[in-house]
Amino acid sequence: MNVSLVVLFKEVRENLRDKRTLINALVTGPLIAPLMFILIMNVVISRQLSQAEAPLGLPVIGASNAPNLLEALRQQGFDPQPPVADPIAAVRDRDAAAVLRIPGDFGKSWQKGDPAQVELYYDSSRRDMQQPVNRLKNMLERYSRLNGAMRLVARGFSPALVNPVVVDERDQSTPRSRAGALFSILPYFFVVTVFIGGMYLAIDLTAGERERKSLEPLFANPVPRSRILLGKIGAICVFSVSSLLICVTAFTVAGRLIPTEKLGMDLNLGPAFALEVVVLMLPLVLLIAALQTLVAAFSRSYREAQTYLGILMLVPALPSVLLSVMPVKTAPWMYAVPLLSQQVGITELLMGGSMTAVQVVTCLLCGFVTAALVLAVTARVYGSERLAISV
Amino acid sequence: MIQVENLRKAFGEIRAVDGVSFTARDGEITGLLGPNGAGKTTTLRMLYTLMRPDTGRVLVDGIDSAADPLAVRKRLGVLPDARGLYKHLSARENIDYFAQLQGVPADEGARRREVLIDVLEMRDFADRHAEGYSQGQRVKTAIARALIHDPQNVLLDEPTNGLDVMATRRMRQFMRDLRVAGRCVLFSSHIMQEVAQLCDRIVVIAKGRVVADESPDALRLQTGESNLEEAFVKIIGSGEGLAA
Repeated sequence: MNVSLVVLFKEVRENLRDKRTLINALVTGPLIAPLMFILIMNVVISRQLSQAEAPLGLPVIGASNAPNLLEALRQQGFDPQPPVADPIAAVRDRDAAAVLRIPGDFGKSWQKGDPAQVELYYDSSRRDMQQPVNRLKNMLERYSRLNGAMRLVARGFSPALVNPVVVDERDQSTPRSRAGALFSILPYFFVVTVFIGGMYLAIDLTAGERERKSLEPLFANPVPRSRILLGKIGAICVFSVSSLLICVTAFTVAGRLIPTEKLGMDLNLGPAFALEVVVLMLPLVLLIAALQTLVAAFSRSYREAQTYLGILMLVPALPSVLLSVMPVKTAPWMYAVPLLSQQVGITELLMGGSMTAVQVVTCLLCGFVTAALVLAVTARVYGSERLAISV
Repeated sequence: MIQVENLRKAFGEIRAVDGVSFTARDGEITGLLGPNGAGKTTTLRMLYTLMRPDTGRVLVDGIDSAADPLAVRKRLGVLPDARGLYKHLSARENIDYFAQLQGVPADEGARRREVLIDVLEMRDFADRHAEGYSQGQRVKTAIARALIHDPQNVLLDEPTNGLDVMATRRMRQFMRDLRVAGRCVLFSSHIMQEVAQLCDRIVVIAKGRVVADESPDALRLQTGESNLEEAFVKIIGSGEGLAA
């Protein structure tokens, strides 16, 4: 049997007996992200839904100054709450999302046909309170427009006079693209899963073996070190691919558990998407395994390797963060950069688009070439004298 | 047979091995005696091609280790200073792994493995995972996996280190058996009595150099001491780093 396969089988077999590696690679690594995702999405979605449908209850000061206005608001789903003494303090202390105050001269101005003022106290820096505030603003606006139109009609004018320009909004987002925008963090989850899935093995097979003093006897066998390295990388890939498969499967199931259709979104996490993700991720699987082994070979101990790899794990977050902070148009060169190509490719698939054959080939080819380069560097480090010496 | 010619190895300023030459013959036990830090382990590491010598060369059964390290490693059975096992594998599985890496056919490997398990008295722990082995059980497993391909030349770095009295006696008997079988046995030790008892030939190393390379009788004659241990101390110049 090929010696690399001998090494691969032995490492997989031994690590299947290691509970910590197993739990990390096959349970926590691949399942934490989908679970968190389901939880967060369910909370977010159900909150948005309940906020949109439930009656809007906010304190009103001076409700008796404008009984007609209040009645109109009530019909739109507003539920006036008892007044508060100090509206500024109430908003500041988060006792109320917003406070509506109707001044005493509201009725007088209204009768005269002057703009009648109401005051809305709120804090625009509190994002979670934006929705109720916007809802109330919209209700007030609607009431104002309606009465404005009625006044014009009463004086014999067409209400269209005050609307010289009308905006006809044509939103080109599809249910699926709206979901994609929300789910653009997904590619990062996949990368992290591959990273965690192989990490413990990568540390253990090089830094761990050296620390346990089994690397030196291993290298005394008549086998080139590069072949041993290949076997070890292969074993890491077996675990990280298993992690990825479990993670992708979990997201496929998760897609059914998230009530996205209630938000007018369509999420396609079906088998075809899963398969495309796995194929796109393959170069990264090899690249990450080689990188992790390289870091583990440089580290003096197991703990040192753990620290370095923890830092290295943040690197794949960069494209995700960059693209969300400054969304740029996807350029062809992006498919040639490993990590970035997976990010834009998977996001594109999520948004319901598809990748051209050229894009897929570019992504795979550049990914595998980069992986091969890192592998060559790792092999060089593996050949060094000091690698095997356990001090 | 192992021939070592003028080996040198420096780590920065420190000359760990500084011109070591000797020959270890088939059917003999050759002892590498020296205080801790004399360069024994580094010398052995160059023999099994873990390290490359700065100058000099090593011939194993006539094969130059620099030219064909894989062929050299095939002819060597090595118990290195580092003798870690795979703790989630049993002794049998640890041995089988090395048999496969050595390219021993499966049935031949299984037969050899069982012979070694008998000879080294490993039967009662051979199927337990190596995690929790005693020092003696670990060394036995490490030796069994090192000899699974029935090598002509056997290198043992401080083989009795950490063993109890009974295990040490068995280990010494095992080395004598290898000599009877016509193997070339080369081992390092800092224990004078062990070397005196076992060796056909003694290579004394101090500060990276060979200070004596003789049979025990010749050593006694050369130093005028009837007691070998006195002879060692006289040759090295001090007994520091040695054990009786």
